Amino acid sequence: MASFYENHGRHRGIFAWIFSTDHKRIGLLYLFPILSFFFVAVAFGFLMRLELIAPGPTIMSPQTYNALFTLHGVIMVFLFVIPSIPAIFGNFFLPIQIGARDVAFPRLNLLSWWVYMAGGVLVLLSLFTGGGPIDTGWTFYAPYSLRTAVNVPLAVFGVFVLGISNILTGINFVTTTHRLRAPGMTWLRLPLFVWAIYATAWVQILATPVIGITLLLTLIERLVGVGVFDPAKGGDPLLYQHLFWIYSHPAVYIMILPAMGVISEIIPVFARKTIFGYKAIAFSSIAIAAVGSFVWGHHMFVSGQSDLASVIFSFFTFLVAVPSAIKVFNWVATLYKGSIELEPPLLFALTFIFLFSVGGLTGLFQGALATDVHLHDTYWVVGHFHYIIFGGMGFGFFGAFHYWFPKMFGRMYGKKWVVPAWVLLFVGFNVLFFPMLILGWEGMPRRYYDYLPPFQTLHVISTIGSWILIAGMLLMFGNLFYALFRGEKTGDNPWGAATLEWKTSSPPPAENFETIPVVDRGPYEFR
Amino acid sequence: MNFGDRRETMETHKDYMGAKLGMWLFLLSEILLFGGLFILYSSYRYKFAADFHLAAGELNRIIGTVNTLVLLTSSLTMVLSVSSMQKGNRKLSALFLIATIIFGFLFLSLKYVEWATKVEHHLYPNSPRLLERKSGEVLFYGLYYAMTGLHGLHVLAGILLLVMMLFFIKNERIHRADFVLLENSGLYWHLVDIIWIFLFPLFYLIT
Repeated sequence: MASFYENHGRHRGIFAWIFSTDHKRIGLLYLFPILSFFFVAVAFGFLMRLELIAPGPTIMSPQTYNALFTLHGVIMVFLFVIPSIPAIFGNFFLPIQIGARDVAFPRLNLLSWWVYMAGGVLVLLSLFTGGGPIDTGWTFYAPYSLRTAVNVPLAVFGVFVLGISNILTGINFVTTTHRLRAPGMTWLRLPLFVWAIYATAWVQILATPVIGITLLLTLIERLVGVGVFDPAKGGDPLLYQHLFWIYSHPAVYIMILPAMGVISEIIPVFARKTIFGYKAIAFSSIAIAAVGSFVWGHHMFVSGQSDLASVIFSFFTFLVAVPSAIKVFNWVATLYKGSIELEPPLLFALTFIFLFSVGGLTGLFQGALATDVHLHDTYWVVGHFHYIIFGGMGFGFFGAFHYWFPKMFGRMYGKKWVVPAWVLLFVGFNVLFFPMLILGWEGMPRRYYDYLPPFQTLHVISTIGSWILIAGMLLMFGNLFYALFRGEKTGDNPWGAATLEWKTSSPPPAENFETIPVVDRGPYEFR
Repeated sequence: MNFGDRRETMETHKDYMGAKLGMWLFLLSEILLFGGLFILYSSYRYKFAADFHLAAGELNRIIGTVNTLVLLTSSLTMVLSVSSMQKGNRKLSALFLIATIIFGFLFLSLKYVEWATKVEHHLYPNSPRLLERKSGEVLFYGLYYAMTGLHGLHVLAGILLLVMMLFFIKNERIHRADFVLLENSGLYWHLVDIIWIFLFPLFYLIT
């Protein structure tokens, strides 16, 4: 059957892509810009590490360094991590996994992509216009963001626009999951990736507007000066922090939940076993989304919020670790006595479990009120969230890429290259980020351009780690891009998986299925 | 794939419940957008109760009340427009829609008069006259402009939406059997109305 690549729709050439309402084309439309932003942000991170190889000025000025760590954060968070798995793999696979021909609102889906691109362009424009690249950190904290001479207005407006794209995608996914499931696809037969994307979509809808209004107020503040965050006019910067984190903490679950969904897909396939604790994993996604919405105050333990508030937020922070741990235990239990095939996707999934556990446990140190006073704003925090976001979401993203690559492109990458790439990634990652935990414990503050000589050894080790990590990424992406054009043609179901996307051809046809499938069993019943 | 299948899927894309669900989700996100502002309002009102009391006394309660009545009436005409369409009376539906649009413009005009009077009295964000006052009053006016301004933008967006619907009624994209676009636009209009129902007492009545 003809794949969707051969169905151009009404337009030709590039227009067959940028005006397409096919969810698979839109997924791929996101893929390349998102990867490009990722590479740019990686390059910024690489330069920051290079600067920190020795105390004092090394290769750049302090202002450049401030701009770099801000842009590394803004681009990574808003242009790569938040959209990546939902926008690329969610778009491509959510409809297929529930047995639908497309999302509920295909044209709205295309609009989301255009809005995403507009937001990305605005953020990039902000680097070269006005006062130059922003230096506020990705959090845009008031009052500094109200005072600094750099181009804050355009940058926050760009992020606001990106938020709109996120909300629209969320609305689409929730409606699709409710309305377009194939006959027999009951809620408890949904693949766990769908559950994860569904939970994420709710957070996108409910939390994103709050950062929307926060950024809008920052913009208004810069343009006309209403005073709501400006202490000079009676405004309270702590309220800015509250509003910012009401979104931005749930946002870390927007980042990690889809990756957890990917892991829940990969583990049963390569253990050749029905997933252990399907319901526990499915409902823990919802629990994470719900409880995760009430922990934001743990970012302000030392910002002057009331002790009572801190105690409550600390409690919820410990509570949200429970559903995350439930997932980890269920994945491990699925592997137990499974018939394990250590294929590339499983390699990344296992790495996820390990690195995410380190990230999760280090997070609890910050969630505890007393230890947080010592750890707040140190490299410990930087190490912790890179273990979660890169070790978790990043490796989940790589896993998703290796798992679904043959389905998306109909070709298989060179499997023998994945293992050395993975070794470099795993070693590089830990050499880069583990020293940060020690540095932070010893008191190295985050976001500093300079440091005292005793910290140098660990900084040098960390910088060397960044080189190993980048070598691994070059090898991994090189292998994948090569396979895009030269990869061996592959069958419809190279992994022997049981979910619906593997029942259709690779790559899938224009409307996914010749006839809409009737579902009569759960997603991980292998036969 | 044969064409029979395609037509079948084209029809399943017309999902009335799905369209309504999507709209309600969107409205939820709108409520949270304003929610951030309501949080700021409550915190600052708690912190600067006396200043808020003084500043609120200066707003024009008559215009505020008239505007509330205007918006409430516009919601009524909106509902009547949708129900006329359901009963197949296109002309009446269009008339009620036009009435809604006129009420929307009336609301914005009155809002303009209100803002213009305040600006004439040098009470606008960052004005030297305003900054001489106490912090609580500065914040009251800051929030007043931010919240009624954002609400005004929503009224404007609603009017544009309703004008589009008017064209859709004219070229029969909206008709008796398929009126979900009109109904969803109505839902949006009611949301804008309801937000005002909260803004009105918070700024004009509680002093």
